[in-house]
Amino acid sequence: MGKPVDLVQGTLDLLILKTLSLEAMHGWAIAKRIQQVSREVLQVQQGSLYPALHRLEQQGWIKAKWAESETGRQAKFYSLTAAGRRQLEGETANWNRLSSAIDMVMNEA
Amino acid sequence: MRWFVQLRMRIQMLFGLGKAAARLDDELQFHLEQQIAENLAAGMSADEARYAALRNFGNPALLREQARATWSWTWLELLLRDLRYGVRTLARTPGFAAIAIVVIALGIGANVALFTIVRSVLLKPLPYKDPDQLVALYEHSADDQYPYNIIAPGVFAEWKKQNRSFSDLALLGDAEFNLSGVSGQLPEKVRGAACTWNLLPTLGVQPALGRNFTEADDRHSANATVLMSWGLWKRRFGGDPAILNQTIHLDGQPYTVIGILPAGFAYPDASTQLWTPVYHYKPAEQMDSLAAHQFQAIGRLKPGITAAQGVADLSVITRRLHDQHLDNPFVGKAANIKPLLEDMVGDIKQPLYVLLAATCCVLLIACLNVANLLVARAAARRKELAIRTALGGGRLRLLRERLMESFLLSAAGGAAGLLLAYGAVHWLLSTRKDMSRVEAIHIDGVVALFTVGLIVLCALFAGLISSLSTKSNQLLLSLQDSARGSSTGRAHTALRRSLLAAEVGLTVVLLIGAGLLLKSYQRLRSSDLGCITQNVLTMRIQLFGNRYREPAQQVNFYTALLARVRALPGVDAAGIAEAVPGQGYWQDEDFSVVEHPPLPQGTAQYAIYRFADSGFFAAMDIPLLRGHTFDPNRKLDQADQAIVNASFVKQYFPNEDPLGKHLHNEKRDYEIVGIVGDTRYSLAEDPKPIQYYPLYEGKENAGTLVLRSSRDVEQLAMPVQRIIQEMDHDLPVSDVLTMDQLLGKSTMDESFNATLLAVFAGLSLLLVAVGLFGVLSYIAAQRTSEIGIRIALGAQREQVLWQMLMDGLRPAIFGLGFGLAASVGAARLMRSILYGTQPLDPVVFASVAAMLLLVAALACMVPAWRASRLDPMRALRTE
Repeated sequence: MGKPVDLVQGTLDLLILKTLSLEAMHGWAIAKRIQQVSREVLQVQQGSLYPALHRLEQQGWIKAKWAESETGRQAKFYSLTAAGRRQLEGETANWNRLSSAIDMVMNEA
Repeated sequence: MRWFVQLRMRIQMLFGLGKAAARLDDELQFHLEQQIAENLAAGMSADEARYAALRNFGNPALLREQARATWSWTWLELLLRDLRYGVRTLARTPGFAAIAIVVIALGIGANVALFTIVRSVLLKPLPYKDPDQLVALYEHSADDQYPYNIIAPGVFAEWKKQNRSFSDLALLGDAEFNLSGVSGQLPEKVRGAACTWNLLPTLGVQPALGRNFTEADDRHSANATVLMSWGLWKRRFGGDPAILNQTIHLDGQPYTVIGILPAGFAYPDASTQLWTPVYHYKPAEQMDSLAAHQFQAIGRLKPGITAAQGVADLSVITRRLHDQHLDNPFVGKAANIKPLLEDMVGDIKQPLYVLLAATCCVLLIACLNVANLLVARAAARRKELAIRTALGGGRLRLLRERLMESFLLSAAGGAAGLLLAYGAVHWLLSTRKDMSRVEAIHIDGVVALFTVGLIVLCALFAGLISSLSTKSNQLLLSLQDSARGSSTGRAHTALRRSLLAAEVGLTVVLLIGAGLLLKSYQRLRSSDLGCITQNVLTMRIQLFGNRYREPAQQVNFYTALLARVRALPGVDAAGIAEAVPGQGYWQDEDFSVVEHPPLPQGTAQYAIYRFADSGFFAAMDIPLLRGHTFDPNRKLDQADQAIVNASFVKQYFPNEDPLGKHLHNEKRDYEIVGIVGDTRYSLAEDPKPIQYYPLYEGKENAGTLVLRSSRDVEQLAMPVQRIIQEMDHDLPVSDVLTMDQLLGKSTMDESFNATLLAVFAGLSLLLVAVGLFGVLSYIAAQRTSEIGIRIALGAQREQVLWQMLMDGLRPAIFGLGFGLAASVGAARLMRSILYGTQPLDPVVFASVAAMLLLVAALACMVPAWRASRLDPMRALRTE
């Protein structure tokens, strides 16, 4: 396993939205989930995670609710709004187009 | 819907910032706890788990800041914080804040007041329909003397008939009415205008009540009708609409009030209260005259026609008339046009712009002064700022604080300045009712915006200049600099010195402007009128109505009045003339000398025309150079004598004895019986030839009564008015003024401009003195230990004093040089508003330079003297 990859902004937003599309979760869980699903390749730094979450919330793409976590402590749970879901669809399509384009270029040789 | 969510989010954040901040802490804490829990689960010890988590987590404060930075109101939060800091730092030095605010308030106040006036009077379009199409019309006189001569009605009639460029042309002339009182009211003299019926349609104005004149009203045979101003209607008739179609008495004649004009209508000026049709009001023969230049005319250009085309059109008509009447030398030979706005405010344009420029200088000086104060503050806080920079305070952040401070000062100063401007404009409105378009002046939204603009400008100017003074790359230097024992480098005061030099320069320009205007005013007031001006009382009387229809009745009244006034105890002499010197041009008349060969066809001689009684010259102390005065016993048809002044003799009887010669005027011959000294019809004008004719002819019904007394002449005003009331209680007396007051009134513009500019200049001088004092005090304080060492080492106190003094005076001297150079240019621009004064008047320049140096020396003296008296021991112990 190589060095953890730093995420470019925008990509992180997409990953957060995608992660939240399954269920509502709190910040720590979001970071963990991204780490697990990417098999430890993607490490989300707290320094980028929370600003990103707050930005997405300000944008109205995710909403937050305080609820009891699995440990019984109050935690801030984020979930996708309808607008966020639409945003995710659009961003996903964009991403697919971009990554397949990059694939094509890379595999052409 | 997303905007709605965002909006709700923003509002929540705005009102729940504190709560949100606590929640953020909570959220981050939770994250940390989760990490610790995970670490524990991975088998670390409690301490180890905690440290690892913290290490991983990074700087919590930074993290918090970064998350908060995404919130929508961060900028507001930062702004509020800066504001709080700003208020706090300013409150710590209330003296500094108060001075800075007062200085800015004066600068902004003067500027806003002048801007309000300039905008309302010069820049705002006239309140008429399509004002760009409106022009004032003039005749170009046949002898080329008067390119903008007022109009003869006969010429106007031809213009109206033949022109193809104007959609409408209107004529108007002066009229003064005695408005009789109803049910016990006193009679009142009211200024009015006699205008063609279409004046209002030409301007595009409708009466507020009632109707406009019709063409049928504007005939000699029509019934008398009158339109009334809103102000007169409210004041005199209580705003009662029942006045419509009622009769009022003007000069004893019944007039039907047909309409009330809207409030604020002020054409030709704000003092005009009544309008009546000119063809009804004026005698028919006058209205046919091609030579009686007594009227103003305005026109509305047809759409798409330029002023030049309009001039060409009217000029062709005028030229044709001129050529058809070559025997009449008074028919103009061309036409001229001015835009109506230019026509109304042209005279006051330059003085107003001069004053506006002066207020701009004052504002600039105020800004420089505040910048200077801020620089001084920054210098005092250098150590604090250096430490903050060393600890990572961002440059931008420090700059923002500085700007916020100067913004606070400017805003407070601007608010006070707006109040000041409000007061100033009101004062002006009450003192300068005579100014054109004075009714249009008021503070409105644009002025408020202008004020805001000025505030921002001042804030940026003062703030940025003072920010320039601290350079962050000199960080170490400033930390070292303030170490014990060493004194501050000169470089730190260089900026303040240049600011001061600029201030001094601007002040010199203002002082010289004010000096020139004051000198010009003084010249004007001291120009020799040709008669006495002390202890003389004047009043205007006007005979009207059936009682004075016959010339004999007028002559009897005048004679009886003079006899009674002269008999009054305290009256040394009295007389009546059409107008007294300094009261204006009034009228001229053409004449010929019977004994001279006839003038070539198409040329004419004319001179100022006055009638006077036999005692007038003695009463005014106008010297009788030769011959004698009128014979009071030769009345009416026998009144065939004339008197001329010295200029008249010089121009029309060179090398010839005028006594015994005859002047032919209005179909009669008059024998010249006397020659009197020259007088000026206006203080600003050189003496002109004047022809005097006897009052006893009974031709004119309005004149000025003058009386001279060796004691307080104003005491006589009431007894004389009582005599007039006894003789005719309907006769209004107006303009009861001493000669001094009359001249003061006629030179009000000049005195007003000179006084205002002098006030501005004085203000700037004060600011400069304060600035010099402050800078030198500061330098002296900074160099306390240095001076202490010098004195301890044996420096003479005089030497120290001299050195400090020169230090302080250097910027003043630089500024003086720069200011004198700039004044040369500025003074040339003022040339046209100066009377009898050269723009480069050496006396003014020299005295300004001397005064400035004196003030600067005085301002520097105190701190320099204090420095030279330093006790070396105490000086070395300071720090």
